[in-house]
Amino acid sequence: METLRLDIDHGLRTFRLALALELGAETVALVGPSGAGKSSVLRAVAGLLRPERGVIAFGGETWLDTARGIDVPPEQRRVGLVFQEYALFPHLDVRGNVAFGASDRTRVPELLERFRIGHLASARPRDISGGERQRVALARALARDPEVILLDEPLSALDAYTRSAVRGELHELLSTLGLPTLLVTHDFEDAATLADRVGVIVDGSILQLGRPEELVAAPSGRFVASFTGANLLPGMASPGSDGLTEVALDSGGIVWTADGGSGRVAVAVYPWEVSISREMPSDSAINHLRAPVVSIVPLGNRVRVRVGPVTAEVTAGSAERLGLREGDVVVASFKATGARLLSVA
Amino acid sequence: MKPTPFTVALAGATAASLLFLVLPIVAIFAELSLGALLDGLTSDVALDALRVTVETNLIAMALILVFGTPTAYLLANRSFRGRALLVTLVELPLVLPPAVAGIGLLAAFGRYGLLDGTIAALGVDVAFTKIAVVLAVTYVASPFYVRTAIAAFEAVDQDLVAASRTLGAGPARTFRRVALPLAGAGLGAGLALAFARGLGEFGATIMFAGSLQGVTQTLSLAVYQEFDVNFDNALAIGALLVLASALILFAAKLVPAWKRSGSTSITVFAPSGSR
Repeated sequence: METLRLDIDHGLRTFRLALALELGAETVALVGPSGAGKSSVLRAVAGLLRPERGVIAFGGETWLDTARGIDVPPEQRRVGLVFQEYALFPHLDVRGNVAFGASDRTRVPELLERFRIGHLASARPRDISGGERQRVALARALARDPEVILLDEPLSALDAYTRSAVRGELHELLSTLGLPTLLVTHDFEDAATLADRVGVIVDGSILQLGRPEELVAAPSGRFVASFTGANLLPGMASPGSDGLTEVALDSGGIVWTADGGSGRVAVAVYPWEVSISREMPSDSAINHLRAPVVSIVPLGNRVRVRVGPVTAEVTAGSAERLGLREGDVVVASFKATGARLLSVA
Repeated sequence: MKPTPFTVALAGATAASLLFLVLPIVAIFAELSLGALLDGLTSDVALDALRVTVETNLIAMALILVFGTPTAYLLANRSFRGRALLVTLVELPLVLPPAVAGIGLLAAFGRYGLLDGTIAALGVDVAFTKIAVVLAVTYVASPFYVRTAIAAFEAVDQDLVAASRTLGAGPARTFRRVALPLAGAGLGAGLALAFARGLGEFGATIMFAGSLQGVTQTLSLAVYQEFDVNFDNALAIGALLVLASALILFAAKLVPAWKRSGSTSITVFAPSGSR
């Protein structure tokens, strides 16, 4: 298994970008506010930015080692970088764009078919839609047979409708490819649906790195807590009664949501929308999950309590009143209107 | 609605400017009968001057392209100490009086000049030959191309250059396949401007190359010489230069427009069965 290893230190305008990261055949998302240095990380891996100090290595190849004076130029690093605005060549048609860096030109027609852009082969980038442009950019990057995939805000240039469809496609593509993938985004939900691990990055450093549900359940601090946002519960959606949508969760159990949808979905629930009780409550919440308490993480005057697959955020006072301890079986409840559907396929 | 006094003032000034600019051009054609025009254009002086002008300008434009394009690319893409100074040096001939350029070229390449020994060793004469015309034209016209070319290369989206590199293209291939085609319209416009300046070149050429019919006498120099000898010939050659300059100016303005419309003339909804 080839791993991508980076350990870099570089001065940006108002802060230092200093981070170390190692990834195997998995997708790691760096998520953080704009201007946190996320794109600079990708540019450094691609060889477009030379960090003041650091090492970047892939498998047995050293791409950058400032101490030894090694800096392999971008064209010799086998990375597939998809730019935020895609950076398609305006003077070439779709076929020309995909063929530009192709290691084997005979594979271009196959790539055009695979990304459903065969019928656009002679169209110019400016004449196709945002979703199509993204597929061209992905096909172009893959034509090079990259060993590492780098995605800069892969969904931000798309409108909300296209975005949810593309998110599902991208998720599937990345798992099929099985390559080390580093993506950056400012949207935690995009990161959580696409990535195996998520790193929250602020002012050039990673505050916390872990699986998305770990970040929601046990944020290392207030910033990560506010940034991580929602629990994401994967499952299958189908129409239910009362105009609600019924979702059979992969982790077992059924929840209902007021959003419409079907097929593979993730139910997004914010921790502060979830309440906890010892007994089954009789309130307006329709969703109840009975499960043992997995973890209890205090955050100032609030506490994040993980109950089975969901994390709830309750006040410290409530947690004390309930006398919660790890292993206690409790009920986590939330309303159908507090559960949003994200399409992931 | 009644035009405001301000609008009237603007329109008045514009009309005066245009009248003043167009009047001499109209006069050239008004003073010339069609017969005199044809006689003038087919005279030996005019034909010789046309040949010299075309030959020397084509070589000068080739030199400007071959040396000016890499220069502009370097100045557009690299930041280094002294870059601003280099850009200023490249632009210097733009503001230098042509007579000064001529005397400078003579002092550098002429007999007993700075490079006299080197040139003599090569066994060529430069001053008062066709080579001198080429050098004079190259000297005064190059900034028109290089300035425009720098701006054209600077306008190329750096993400596209970066994308080309990550797709496996080295700096040379990126220049050829991305920067050059994307800057192409600007380079064409710059070359047209340089060519227009080259056609009109007078001061540096007459100092450095003289005005020998059939050897160094270009159309502009022929206008000056014929003005004493045969005024109608001078007018006829002038008319030719007016037409040529106007054509070049239109070409310079049309090239970018053509490039733009050319890149959108692709069928947007190509039938999906056509693959």
